[in-house]
Order: sequence, then C-alpha cells, then structure tokens
Amino acid sequence: MRSNVLQYDLTAPATLEAVLEILAYEPGEYTLIAGGTEIMVALAAGRLAAKKLVSINHLQELRFIAVTPEAITIGSGTTFTDLRKHPVIQSDFPLLKQAASWTGSIANQNRATLGGNIVNASPAADTPPALLACEATLTLVSKRGTRTMPYTDFHLGYKKTALAPDELLHSIHIKRNLNGYIPYTRKVGTRNAQAISKVALAALCLTAEGVVKDIRIGAASLQDRPARLTATEQALLNQPITPATIAAARAALLTETHPIDDIRSTAQYRAHVAANLLEEFLLSL
Amino acid sequence: MSAQTTHIVGSSPIRKEGVAKVLGRAQYIDDIALPNMWFGATVRSTIPRGRITSITFDPAIPWHEFTIVTAADVPGENTIVHIAKDHLCLASTHVNHPNEPILLLAHPDRAVLPAAVAAVHITYDPLPAVFTIDQAEAPDAPAIWGDPDAPEKNLFKSYLMRSGNESQLDAIFAAADHIVTGEYRTGAQEQLYIENNGIIAEYSATHGVTVRGAMQCPFYVVHALQLVFNLPAEQCRVIQTETGGAFGGKEDFPSVIAAHAALLAMKSGHPVKICYDRAEDLAATTKRHPSRTRIRTAVSKDGKLLGGDIAFCLDGGAYLTLSATVLSRGTIHAAGPYRWPALRVSGKAYATNLPPHGAFRGFGAPQSIFATERHMDRIAHALGITPEDVRRRNLLAPGDRTATGQLVPQSGPDTVDMQHLLTRALTESDYHAKQARFQKENPTSPIKRGIGFATFFHGSGFTGSGERRLNSLVEIELTPTGQPQILVSSTEFGQGTNTILCQIAAETLHLPYDFILIAQPDTKHVPNSGPTVASRTAMIVGKLVERAAQSLVQSLITSGHLPHHYSADDFRHAALAYLAQHGPLKASVRYQSPGDIVWDDDNYKGEAYPAYAWAVYVAEVAVDTTTYAATCTNFYALQEVGKVLHPILAAGQIEGGVAQGIGFALYEKCVWQQGHMANNQMTNYIMPTSADLPPIHVAFEEIPSIHGPFGAKGIGELPMDGPAPAILNAIEDATRIPFNEIPLLPEDIFQRMTANGHTSGDPCVPEATA
Ligand SMILES: Cc1cc2nc3c(=O)[nH]c(=O)nc-3n(C[C@H](O)[C@H](O)[C@H](O)COP(=O)(O)OP(=O)(O)OC[C@H]3O[C@@H](n4cnc5c(N)ncnc54)[C@H](O)[C@@H]3O)c2cc1C
Repeated sequence: MRSNVLQYDLTAPATLEAVLEILAYEPGEYTLIAGGTEIMVALAAGRLAAKKLVSINHLQELRFIAVTPEAITIGSGTTFTDLRKHPVIQSDFPLLKQAASWTGSIANQNRATLGGNIVNASPAADTPPALLACEATLTLVSKRGTRTMPYTDFHLGYKKTALAPDELLHSIHIKRNLNGYIPYTRKVGTRNAQAISKVALAALCLTAEGVVKDIRIGAASLQDRPARLTATEQALLNQPITPATIAAARAALLTETHPIDDIRSTAQYRAHVAANLLEEFLLSL
Repeated sequence: MSAQTTHIVGSSPIRKEGVAKVLGRAQYIDDIALPNMWFGATVRSTIPRGRITSITFDPAIPWHEFTIVTAADVPGENTIVHIAKDHLCLASTHVNHPNEPILLLAHPDRAVLPAAVAAVHITYDPLPAVFTIDQAEAPDAPAIWGDPDAPEKNLFKSYLMRSGNESQLDAIFAAADHIVTGEYRTGAQEQLYIENNGIIAEYSATHGVTVRGAMQCPFYVVHALQLVFNLPAEQCRVIQTETGGAFGGKEDFPSVIAAHAALLAMKSGHPVKICYDRAEDLAATTKRHPSRTRIRTAVSKDGKLLGGDIAFCLDGGAYLTLSATVLSRGTIHAAGPYRWPALRVSGKAYATNLPPHGAFRGFGAPQSIFATERHMDRIAHALGITPEDVRRRNLLAPGDRTATGQLVPQSGPDTVDMQHLLTRALTESDYHAKQARFQKENPTSPIKRGIGFATFFHGSGFTGSGERRLNSLVEIELTPTGQPQILVSSTEFGQGTNTILCQIAAETLHLPYDFILIAQPDTKHVPNSGPTVASRTAMIVGKLVERAAQSLVQSLITSGHLPHHYSADDFRHAALAYLAQHGPLKASVRYQSPGDIVWDDDNYKGEAYPAYAWAVYVAEVAVDTTTYAATCTNFYALQEVGKVLHPILAAGQIEGGVAQGIGFALYEKCVWQQGHMANNQMTNYIMPTSADLPPIHVAFEEIPSIHGPFGAKGIGELPMDGPAPAILNAIEDATRIPFNEIPLLPEDIFQRMTANGHTSGDPCVPEATA
C-alpha cells in the first residue's frame, strides 16, 4: 500500500439522493467509488489523487436490470457477474455477455461494475466496444436533473468524458432491436485471463442478399478512447462481401485507428491485428 | 528392524506444513509483529549509473521521527558478500543500476514511509551505461565494472570447457560435410514467488543481530550479516519463517534486505520490518540472467556431431553476486546429453547496469539448453533429416562419456537409456501421427499447428567440487517426547522439503511418517546442511538424513534400549529410556564425497555432478495467423529421476516447472527502460494463468542413483529446462520459421511473418538454415 489511508475520506450515504447532494454541494471535490476495482488499484499504487471518496457500492437503486419487450435498462451498479447471469443479456446481447466474461477474473467480476468500466473511460476497457456496437444510451443524473445521451457521444478524449462534476452515471439503456444482426467480438489480450486488451473489436452486421445493410463496429485500444469505426462502417455499407470490399474496409480501418506503442504492444501490431479481426468477421458473414 | 509392509517413500502423505497453510494458520513474515516494531523502507537510485552529487531532505517531512541509515552507519564492511565483495550494502558515492539502495528509513507508522521515500531528493552526475551483453562486450564500451584496462572489459567471469579432440577443432570444421551455425537468446525472467521478499530484524548489543524472514539459505544470510556487522557467526542468528515460494529468488537477495533491516534495527533501537510490495520486488530484486549463445557445429552428412564451438554469454547485471556459478552450470549444460568427439564451450558473464541478476530455477541451464536444443533442430533442418534422427545419432548411451568426461555406467544404478526415453515420449505424445496431421491441415487453416521436443539432462547437486566445499551437516535428535526430529538448514518454500525429508527418515527408521518431526530452520539450533538450491535437497540432504537416521537407530540399539525388531511404541519407549539414562541424543552426519567423484575445477573435467536427471519433453503449439499468438496446446513431460519420493509433490514440481517454462518461452518479458523494469506490475509482466496452460502429462522412470536416498535424484529444476526449446521447435514445425529468441511474443511473430510477406492465411515459406 503506497498511499496513506489516513489522508483519505470515505462517506457512504444511505441513498442516491444523498450522494447527489454531496456531489452538488462541492462539485469535483468528491470521487465516486463503486466496486473499487479501479480506485483501489490506484490507491495501492500511491496514485489516487482524489482524497475524498463517496461510496455508491451499496446502493441497490443503481444495481438493477429492467427488461421490457423493447429494451433493457441496466443500472450502473450492476456487476459483471450480474450481467453474465442475466437471461436477456445472454439471449439478446451476446457481445455484452462476452465482454463481461472477459473482464479480469471471477473475483473481479463479482465486484466490478458496468458503470465503473464506462466512467473510468480506459481506451482498453472491455465493455465499451460492445456498448458502442449496441448503440446504447446513457442516463446521467445530478441534483439538477436527469439527461440522456447516446453512448457514442460520451467519450471526449483520453480518459475524458461528458460527465459533469456533479453528475453520476445512473443507467445504460439498450434497445432490443438486434434481431437478425450477426455478432462478432474478439479480444486480443496479453493472455487469456486477467488481461488488458492489446486490441478488441465488437461488431454487429445486418446483411440482405449478401449485401451489408447495417454495420456497427466498436473498438478498444485503437484510439485514445473507446471508438466506433465509422469510416470502416461507411466502406462496407451497401457493399457485397468481396475481396475488394474487404481490402477497402481494411484500408479504411487503418485511416481511422491511431494506436500507440506501449509496454503491452506496438502500434503496428495493433493496427494490423485489428484489420485481421475485421477480415475474420467479414469472412464469417 | 521391524517388518514394514507399506512404504512411506514413494507414497504421497499429506504435507508436513499443509494443514497450517490450508487453514490460514501459517505465519508468513508480514503476519508477524514484534513488540515496539518499526517499519523500514528503501530510498533507491533513479538512474542506471552515475556519481551521487547531493542528497536533500524535503522539509515538509518531520524527519526527527525517522531513523535514517546511510553507508556511513555500516559498522563492518559495506558489502553484501556472495562470491565476491563488489556488491554494496548501500551505495555511497556512485550508483551502478536503477533501484540501487542508497538510504534506509524507519518509522513506527508504516503508512508514512512512501511519502518520506519520495521526499528524499538525490541528484547525480550521470555516467554512460550499458544494458545488454552486446553493449557490455563492445570494444568501445564504457568500463562499468572491474579493471578498465583489462583485455576484456566488463567481464565478471569466464570459463573454457574443452572436451575430446578440442585441439583439433579447426581441422574437424575444415573437413566436415556440414557446418551449422546459430545464435540464440533468452530474456530476463522474474521468479514471481507469491510472497514478496520480507524480513524482520532485531539488534541487541549483547546478542547481536537476529533476523527472521522468507529465505532459502539461512547460512548465506548469516555470512552476509557477519561482514556487515563485523560480528561472529554466533551473534548473527537467522530464522526462516514460512516462505511463500522462492524459485531461487530468495537464494541471494534475502542477505540484502536482512542487512538493511538489521542496520535500521541497530540505529533505531527497535525491531524493524521491511516487506517489499510487488512493484518494489519486481523492480529491485533479482531475475534470471539474460543470455546469448552462439553455436557452430561440424556435422557429418548422416547427422553425427563431429565438433562444436559454443560461446555462451550471460548478462549478470551490475554486481557479480552468483553470476560465476550460474555461468558454470550453464556452460556445462550447453553440451546437452550428447556425444561430442570435440567440443569447446566458452562461458562469459558480463556486467551491465541492470539490477543484479540472480538465481532462478535451472541456474543457467535453461538458457544454454534452449540454445542447444534449438540448434539440434537447426541441424536437422539444414541436413534435411528429422529432429528425431539428429538426436538418435548423438544421444549419450551407456558406456559413453559426457562432455566433462563423466561416464554413463553400462548398466545398474545411474545408467540411462535415452533412446528408450525418446521412443516412449514420442509414442505417448503420438508425435509422428500428429506431425503428419498438422502438416496436412496447416496449409488451409488460419491456425498453424506444430509439435516439437527437447532431449536434455540436468545435474543434481552443486557443480563439481561444490558439495565437498559445502561439507554439509545433518542432525536428528530425540525430542523429550521420544520423537525423532530432523535438524537441517534446508528450507521449505512450497516445494516439499519438510515432507520428503520426513518420509526418508520415517522409511529409514521404520516409523510412521506422523511420528517424525522437522525443526524450523533457526541457525542457533540447526546445523548447516547447505543452501536449499541446485536440486540438491532430495539427493544430497536426503541421503544425509537417511544416514543420520541409521546412526540414530544404531545408537539406540547399541545402548541396549531398542531391539532389532521394533514397533513405533518400542521406539518411543527406548527413546525415553535412553534420554532418562544418558541425556540428549543427537545423531550427526557430514557429507562424504563418494570416492569416485573427481572434479578438476581448472580444466572443467570429471564428475560435474554426482548424478543427472534425464528427460524428453514434447510440446504441441497452435500459432494463430490472425493474432500471431502462439499457444502451447498440449505438453508431455517424461523424465528419469532415480526414485519418485512423493508422487503428488513430484508431479506438482514438474507441472509447475513446465508452466514456468511456458512463461519463459511465450509470455514473460521484462521491459527495460534505461535499466529500469518498466512493467513492474503483474498486470503488465505477463505470466501465464491457468487459462493459458495446456494439459501437462507427467511421466516418470526410475533408475536408482547410488547418491540419493532410496535412489532419488533432484527434480526441481529439470522442468524449467525443456519447455522453451520444445515449444520453439514446435513453432518452427508449425510455421517453418526458425525463431531463436525468447520470450517470443505475438508482436515478434507478427514482425517475422509480415516482414516475410506473409499475411493472415498465407502458408509460410521456410527460411534458409545453416
Ligand atoms: C485484477 C483486475 C483485472 C481487471 N481486468 C479488467 C479487464 O479485463 N477488462 C476491463 O475492462 N477492466 C478490467 N479491470 C478494471 C476494472 O475492474 C473495471 O474497469 C471495472 O468495471 C471498474 O468498475 P468498479 O465498479 O470497480 O469501478 P471503481 O473503481 O469503483 O470506479 C472506477 C471509476 O469510475 C467512477 N465511477 C464508478 N461508478 C460510477 C458511476 N455510477 N457514475 C460515475 N462515475 C462512476 C469512479 O469514480 C472511478 O473514477 C480490472 C481490474 C482489476 C483490479
């Protein structure tokens, strides 16, 4: 433990309303802690700058999965284990189920929350590509009120999000309109478990008579934030899957990915493997 | 003696310390607190090499609450002695690697230490540094260690092993049908014991230093403390606490942290605990030596080795520590289990500005065996024969001599039939059928599969005259309850020392396993049975335990208290009667070098080891051309080990070693930035998880050795040797690309495949060999 815990404050208000009250009273002063699987790592390593923490880990108000015939709404406090076990996630959202099962280890999945994964905003996180492909919308709450936004608009830059200092991610909303879409997802991590993505794709494609009618590709570790690969999607839209289309899609992908060299991998490898994953998907259609 | 129907040796009794570990009662060093104990921390260098120009203390910290130790506080010599005295206890004027200890801090509150460490500001005048073997040996390299005018700069140690007609090598190469050359490299590897290094030290003016903690070799620590504190051995007491893994990583390093904690204890007047966290342990403690091996072989057209010239080099890091002995074992093992009509092996260990590299399971052998076993496949490909044929034509057979001249007996104990082991391993792994199937399927599959193997041996015990110099002593005493208690400094760190030594004593004494006790190693009470290293505990110390047990029972029989045939009850009664009548009874036996073991240190000739364990390992791999990741998908480990003392522990040793070997080959990479390990967290230092490991099929053969108890030889290091070359041989089988450097990561495979014009799905073209 490289931090001195005596220098940290932790409060655990009984209700969501009380949490929003604290955030509104001193916006930006408090940092939320849900499962703590990001926050505690930073604390132990001595790099958690925020000294005042508000726990939302215990708030059942944020831990729910509500299903209607049209949509599913997932509370931000839902754990990866909750997601993996839910029958509608399993049946309708295989990308999300798969991403949840890839996250860390079982012990990690029992604590880690979907909200924490999104707001932590790592470009390498596992659920964002799936949520991007599913075109999720987010509900953000504050004492000022509630707003919703498409998830695609949420990530603004490296670890920068649209969340205001007094706001909290309340829930994630996904339409159940993916019938007929062919899913694809693959994580290329440093190993098969307990791994951070070197590159990952999550994609959904709707075809008719061999032609791409709709395609949505979410990616991890290819830009400074989780990203939809819109240029690649454009290169494929209304195209038949031919070698020429695949080559064009690979080329488009390389124009819109800006991976980095770091201690886990190289930019070249990431870009090339991302194109290979895309090709693997297209060949399976 | 009593007639015993069941044998405890060869069965798998529950581990001696197993219940306490499972129930969470085992006390590791960080579970222990002494009254009024303070906590210590280390201020380390941030540059690889330079002169210290200033040290300042940030006034924001209340320094008067702290004890601060510098090199000036060392009462004896400012050195951590291993083989030489070049390794400083605390740097004072210069630093020679990143994370070198400079200052020590102690405080009653552990939580304030990290901020205090960060508040000590040290400035340097940087000096040029070297980080690789290639840089260290370069003619224009800065002299970072030793005599700057020496003919070879930065050289810690060199050996020259000449074998057979070595003097005729030039002529042999000139006349040979083929000359095959290759270069092979291995990287640093972290031991990654679960428990980080940790020590608690106490000091008193009357009793001297008392140190307890995680370690392999309590008497190494005694020796180091004697110099640092200028105290006799009796005033340097060392107690091993439950140790959560070691793998060599707690062989030499505990001397450093013990000296540090003890210096703080002396100055503060309190017991002081230093326990590293993972980041500090990874960045500052020892790793496996990186290596570079160049091999040149003269080969006949039917694949017989005619001559070899091997240049084996190690990167030792900034100080000599154990590099000379690591080099020695690596040099000898470079020859492999082959017949060499003429062989020259030159071994060199160089200084670099990395933290000192140290002991790690295999101790130099995995590095040189990797090179030799890759090279055997290279010869096969160059000649267009199979890897199997190359081995079959060159494997040592009964009656042959190893490269050091050691005879493989014609028959009986200590002989071996490597041809049979090879046949069995290839049959049980279904090698030929799988290879044929993969070759058929690969061209149309994005996943290329391959199968490869390695044939190798590993010497048990210290190299050469080492055991004679160690002169180990083992004792068995009777406790007041009439039970035999083994007294050794050989430590348990998860590998099963306590259990197998008690099995050996139980079998020898014809007593139940549960009746035998083993004392926690405490240098005040146990004799020096040598360090717990070098696959020597089962064979060397085990044999001494057997002899001590025989001596103990003889004393009881001679004294008339014990009949020749006895039960456990008889034994206890006899023991109690003996104790009442004569007082304490302790049987002591000292190592005796078997007469036929002769070793010439200067010429590297003779019996390099009392015995070798022999093995054939077969690996299957899958190389995914979408991600360029190579995965080991199936593994067969067949070894001849003399006698399996405890089948479950033995299989566990092999499985764990194979897992570590897979990590060495495909996953574990130390990312060095200016000598600092940049990925010093388990998130980014990628050791394989259970989800990355294949089924591991373990099989043993037993040809008893006369040197070990009940025929046993060492097995602990063996499984570290074979996996890496077997896997890389399999990858070449799968891809037709000869990769000769580990760790081999997907990024490396990607580079080679795309550089050769491959994209996903394309078949691979063989690269020219030889
Ligand atoms: C061993 C280990 C393995 C891991 N493996 C993976 C992996 O494979 N893939 C992966 O993607 N991640 C992985 N992680 C990271 C982590 O588990 C996930 O990011 C997890 O989803 C974080 O959720 P949490 O609830 O624990 O977040 P916390 O640590 O509690 O919080 C993370 C951040 O989100 C903010 N936050 C949390 N909830 C909200 C909310 N409702 N509204 C606004 N802000 C909020 C916090 O303030 C904080 O900044 C791993 C972590 C560990 C320790």
